[in-house]
Amino acid sequence: MADSPSDSLTRRRFLGASLLLAASPGVLRGSIEGRAWRVLTPAEAATLAILADIIVPPDDDPGGAWAGVVVFIDRKLAGHYRGSQPLYRAGLAAIEASSRAQHGRALAQLTAAEREDLFARLERSELPAELWPGDAPQAEFFTRLVDHTLQGFFGAPRHGGNRDAVGWRMLGLSYPQVRSRRPESPRADRGPGGTP
Amino acid sequence: MSLSHVDVVVVGSGAGGGVVARELAAAGLRVVVLERGRWHTAAEERKDDLRNQRTIHLGPAYGPDERSPRVFVDPSGRERVVYSDSWAYNNNAACVGGGTYSYGAMAWRFMPQDFRMRSTYGVPEGSTLDDWPISYDELEPYYDKAEHDLGVAGDLSGDPFKGPRRRPLPMPPLPDDRETRRMKPAAQRLGWHPFYLPMLRNTIAYNGRPPCMRCRWCVGFACECDARTGSHNTVIPWALATGRCELRTQCMAREILLDAQGRARGVEYFDENDRRQVQTADVVVVAGGAIESARLLLNSRSKRFPTGIGNRHDWVGRNLQGHVYSGGCGLFEEETYDDLGPGGQIAICDFNHGTPGLVGGGMLATEFIRLPIHFLGWRPNDVPRWGQGLKDFLRRYHRRSIVVMGPFQEIPTFQARVEADPVVRDHWGIPVARLSGTDHPHNLEGSRMMADRAEQWLREAGASRVIRRQKDAVSLTGGQHQAGTCRMGDDPTTSVVDRCGRVHDVPNLYVADASLHVTNGGFNPVLTIMALGYYVADCIQRAVAGGNIR
Repeated sequence: MADSPSDSLTRRRFLGASLLLAASPGVLRGSIEGRAWRVLTPAEAATLAILADIIVPPDDDPGGAWAGVVVFIDRKLAGHYRGSQPLYRAGLAAIEASSRAQHGRALAQLTAAEREDLFARLERSELPAELWPGDAPQAEFFTRLVDHTLQGFFGAPRHGGNRDAVGWRMLGLSYPQVRSRRPESPRADRGPGGTP
Repeated sequence: MSLSHVDVVVVGSGAGGGVVARELAAAGLRVVVLERGRWHTAAEERKDDLRNQRTIHLGPAYGPDERSPRVFVDPSGRERVVYSDSWAYNNNAACVGGGTYSYGAMAWRFMPQDFRMRSTYGVPEGSTLDDWPISYDELEPYYDKAEHDLGVAGDLSGDPFKGPRRRPLPMPPLPDDRETRRMKPAAQRLGWHPFYLPMLRNTIAYNGRPPCMRCRWCVGFACECDARTGSHNTVIPWALATGRCELRTQCMAREILLDAQGRARGVEYFDENDRRQVQTADVVVVAGGAIESARLLLNSRSKRFPTGIGNRHDWVGRNLQGHVYSGGCGLFEEETYDDLGPGGQIAICDFNHGTPGLVGGGMLATEFIRLPIHFLGWRPNDVPRWGQGLKDFLRRYHRRSIVVMGPFQEIPTFQARVEADPVVRDHWGIPVARLSGTDHPHNLEGSRMMADRAEQWLREAGASRVIRRQKDAVSLTGGQHQAGTCRMGDDPTTSVVDRCGRVHDVPNLYVADASLHVTNGGFNPVLTIMALGYYVADCIQRAVAGGNIR
């Protein structure tokens, strides 16, 4: 990890990013913008960041994009998951095309409810079939995207996701693991369910 | 060119091979161990939730790598080439220590009945269930030796179902974790008999290594503080310390060579630079795990053994079995999590035998500590796969869940098997293992019983909901508990090796791993593999002393 701020700093930074996003939906958050990607185009990375936040939405704890899911997937598409490159390439294009077909707008311009609705249709393979060519079946793209996103959110930070160990801290797990704590003592960072 | 002749060459440095190498080197024989993997050290390993032996999204950390594909034939007959990042590969680790380098380390003895399954239950139709040629009592001294030599912790005094034993385990269990404090009284209220299960893990300083620091990254990972016990930090270094054992890593065995009299002459292998080498020896011991050991025998073809050494009656590679893991995850409304590894602290053996209508059974235990990536696998179907509902579920229940699982003793079949694939070859040009067939349908009934009991236990402990895990269709098993492919027996027409682990037709060729298991018990198999290692090493010493080898 490049930096490891305290939980409260993590939290402030994350809330700031959310507010910014809410105020101007077209603006990309800092962790995505201006990065050099290994496999993804900037436009694909932007779409993937939105999808990562649909899968793990930001609330009291950060969402998928902040946690570095796009960084994780991009790195793995250049490595262990390189076989998934065509699926991502076609799937990310198809989800944007589906957004325009259904709503007349890009994914970034949709409301949260519209995005969720679109993604639920993807899960059920109900998006317009003509937009989903043979190399990007909806079910396969959905499954792989969800799996990879959750791996990026909860996996070891060394792979580029789980930034600042947010996936673990969200569940009340210290990282590095605190060994001196008595087992029955209350959580060091915050109470159950993410409440301070 | 031949390397200088030795007394014994052992293929594999895992639970069985490590013990054999040490015992024979300590007895004064010159030993060479061939290990296809590397010697890892915990200091160089990092905790990687996505790349370890239990979570293989990014592949296994301790091998094998992409040089070693396999062919997997699914129950509908479709075949495909698989690699070790697929569960269909049925991997066990390929490194110094084998599976013991990164396992959970439950150190069970099988029960006396587990050696007499046919006599106890009869043979279910379509199965190859049988008795072992040796009894629990014959193996007991070797179980005892493994427990004290290597170091097993636990407290079995609360288990009324265990076989006779000469003394208690050498180390106490770890202090109760939070799950134990809830689950132990719950089992007692049900009239069951919970106890502290045995672990090859130091709980006090033992053999010059420290006790467990109770971290979160246990099963599947290298042990960072070296408290967990495996071949790599006991018998292998002890064998090397005799000055009579040489360990050669990254050496891939190709074939067991025969001489004109039909005796094993040595092993041909590829060294770390892919150069072909021949190590001759008076005795050859195969201990590569149930899949690779069978593959090596099947790939050792000659005029005398056209379908593989020891395979005159088509039993090599048959009866591939593992365990049908079954149980459930209880969700609680109070916190149950204490962040203390390794988990897996208490067990019951009330259902290993004696359930009406069922052949055998299995122990049930609290499961190892769960990383978040593992807990994702317990999402119930009514919780969404994504979105706020998923996030809320994980945040609420990762700390409010207890998993109880256990290995149902598999009813073996003749058609679940390892073959040498006729087409696909590995990096070295050696025919790869081809896995096909399915387990027996009775295992589905056993799996249901195990899930029933797990659910009962969790509900008694206060679970508001239990997500069950049970098997609903036959399939091939094996995995890290792979066993059975070079079955031990007195009848050479229905087994591969004799009661000493010696291949029936070859007087100086032995097998010393779970391939020997006639049946695989309702328990993790590692202590039985180690006990068999001591036992087979004793047999080899007697044969060498009696001049029965050459």
